[in-house]
Amino acid sequence: MNAETLWPPIRLTLELAGVTTVFLLLLGTPIAWWLARTRFRFKEAVAALVALPLVLPPTVLGFYLLIALGPDGPGGFVARLFGERSLAFSFPGLVIGSIIYSLPFTVQPIRSAFEAVGDRPLEAAATLQASPWDAFWTVAVPLARPGLIAGAVLGFAHTVGEFGVILMIGGNIPGATRVLSIAIYDHVELMEWGTAHLLSGSLLAFSFVVVALTLSLQKKMGGRDR
Amino acid sequence: MTRPALPSAILIVQLLAGTAFAEAPLRGGTVTAAVAANFTAAAREIAAAFEDATGDGALLSFGSTGQLYAQILQGAPFEVFLAADEARPELAEREGLAVPGSRRTYAVGRLVLFSTEAGRIAGPGALRDPGLRRIALANPALAPYGRAALETARALGMEDIVRDRQVIGANVSQAHQFVRTGNAELGFLALSQVVRSADGSRWLVPEHLHAPIRQQAVLLEAGRDNPAAARFLDFLGSATARAILRRHGYRTEQPAPGRRGGP
Repeated sequence: MNAETLWPPIRLTLELAGVTTVFLLLLGTPIAWWLARTRFRFKEAVAALVALPLVLPPTVLGFYLLIALGPDGPGGFVARLFGERSLAFSFPGLVIGSIIYSLPFTVQPIRSAFEAVGDRPLEAAATLQASPWDAFWTVAVPLARPGLIAGAVLGFAHTVGEFGVILMIGGNIPGATRVLSIAIYDHVELMEWGTAHLLSGSLLAFSFVVVALTLSLQKKMGGRDR
Repeated sequence: MTRPALPSAILIVQLLAGTAFAEAPLRGGTVTAAVAANFTAAAREIAAAFEDATGDGALLSFGSTGQLYAQILQGAPFEVFLAADEARPELAEREGLAVPGSRRTYAVGRLVLFSTEAGRIAGPGALRDPGLRRIALANPALAPYGRAALETARALGMEDIVRDRQVIGANVSQAHQFVRTGNAELGFLALSQVVRSADGSRWLVPEHLHAPIRQQAVLLEAGRDNPAAARFLDFLGSATARAILRRHGYRTEQPAPGRRGGP
């Protein structure tokens, strides 16, 4: 048990979760905004599509991703542009998998926050000659900030806790795809329970902090409504 | 992929059905076996033959050898352990989890270098192909087929080639997935996984390139007083079981060390 073996999976996990969270916010915020504002008849079908990873076992996602990222799928097409064969077993591949897997955890709180903002502040902004773009940034985003933070925190945390999908598409490559949860799995299998305890305990503490933080943010949000 | 949930699901079924099992011993007993995942197909066939031959039933739980061992260590009520290696049955014996002297080699695995592309592999030279991107293997630290793959690469003087291109499956089944989905061009697999498919190309790794992949079985303490468990272990050495084993790409050892082998 030493820092050289413990640190790389932790760093990789934080990098993966960080990069994924940036993409989740870039992708999830417009989706959440659209879901909160649109009168499109089938919007709940779109919402259901986004929420699917909540109920699908990681094996289903991992299986489809393994095929989609492979040489016969779109991932393989992209990979060939970079002289690679497949996006599986690569950091970008894990980011793609993590975005899909964690999207509902980011979209849901942001959507709720945007819905809580309601029409009135936006109408007020419009009467003050604010463009919709202006109103979004100066009214909706500040009012929905707790939801945005909750979405980011949950997306980040859920990516840190990801296991099944990464197990299926990662290939356990140190520095590229051997994340914390995979390292813990290996340590348990190898009966290195001391290391497993250390890493698992840290993850437990981390998760508790994240959940507590999210709950307090949600309480703050709910409190403002009333 | 191995699923730790499966054995516990079987346990629950057993608990719920406990009375049913207790009331139906007319034909014979029941043995609960923890079986290494690579042996799944052969074990199912052997269990069916066992039921036909003895009237006993065999309940099989599959998982990686490491997972199964961890479960046995935590008191899982398996009566027989069919591991993918020698290490865990030996450890089980040393730790007092298994009945001393019951350990035996039931199968010897063969390693194969496999590709789904016909003509890709003519021999070990396929590893030197400069266009080769990924070689799938089972985790050498955990899985005997992974360890054998690494030993083979070393013996061929191609350890660096393999190390730079390896993608590691949690077990040999996952290495097989990586190859079958085309994500890895080559894979060091168990012959048992590809013995029934005529497609692709393969190189059967000569056994002198790696330590033998001896898969050992052991009678666990929970099965000490269950005659069906002992019968199942003995049946593994029978001519019927050995024929099934060979058909599935395993070699059998003659006779099992320290014991009189089956016919």
